[in-house]
Amino acid sequence: MTVPHPESVGEPGIAVRAPARRRSAWHGQAPVVAVVALGGGIGGTARYAAALLWPTQSGGFPWTTFWVNVVGCAVIGVFMVVITDVWPAHRLVRPFFGTGVLGGFTTFSTYAVDIQKLVDAGHPRTALAYLAATLLAALAAVRLAATAARRVLVRRRR
Amino acid sequence: MNWLLVIAGAMVGAPLRYVTDRMVQLRHDAVFPWGTFAINVTGCLVLGLLTGAASAGVASPHLELLLGTGLCGALTTYSTFSYETLRLTETGAGFYAAANAIASVAAGLGAAFAGVWFAQALWA
Repeated sequence: MTVPHPESVGEPGIAVRAPARRRSAWHGQAPVVAVVALGGGIGGTARYAAALLWPTQSGGFPWTTFWVNVVGCAVIGVFMVVITDVWPAHRLVRPFFGTGVLGGFTTFSTYAVDIQKLVDAGHPRTALAYLAATLLAALAAVRLAATAARRVLVRRRR
Repeated sequence: MNWLLVIAGAMVGAPLRYVTDRMVQLRHDAVFPWGTFAINVTGCLVLGLLTGAASAGVASPHLELLLGTGLCGALTTYSTFSYETLRLTETGAGFYAAANAIASVAAGLGAAFAGVWFAQALWA
């Protein structure tokens, strides 16, 4: 039996001041949720438009989703440098564009299920190529875009 | 009509991701991006279930647009996943970055395969 710590009286594992802290953590979040929804609608619509413009034939490499994800990763790399190092943006800009538009534009679930469909249809090599190519290209895109944005934009500002 | 279904789904999926991520990160003040990880894996499971249900003929194309293209598409994200992985490498947490990339893809694929399999077992 250990002596309870003076700050942890009350229910074990539950911080005494948790309700007040939780309320303040969600205070003023309604406009943020609203702009995330608006941005998500725009991003999702753009992704759907891309899928209609460049349909992927069944069994083929899903190039449209590949490019949607890679472009979205490159744009978030530039965007995050711009709003953290270059332009002190309004507090709703990041949730609207980063979380909403780009988050709604890019997709992880379609990526995973497209791999399942390729395997199911007897194209395991295309599935593996798509799996690796998307992961590598997305991570390279965000890194290269952020590095390039820092070099060009942050240097110009000094 | 099709566009409205996609927009409606996406306008629910994106804020659901924001609220869930915030809830997870407020609870677990960890280096590892548990919020995005949990959201992406859950979205893969739901889209897998939906895809399996559609192939078994119990989910309509309209439902696929609303819940698949719209909701799951906007709920899950590749851009935030990539950016958080980049931030982990930039802050010296290279191990967490590699773990996030590998675990997200492995768990997401596992969830997608399990979802399709389960839906087909249930309805086919």
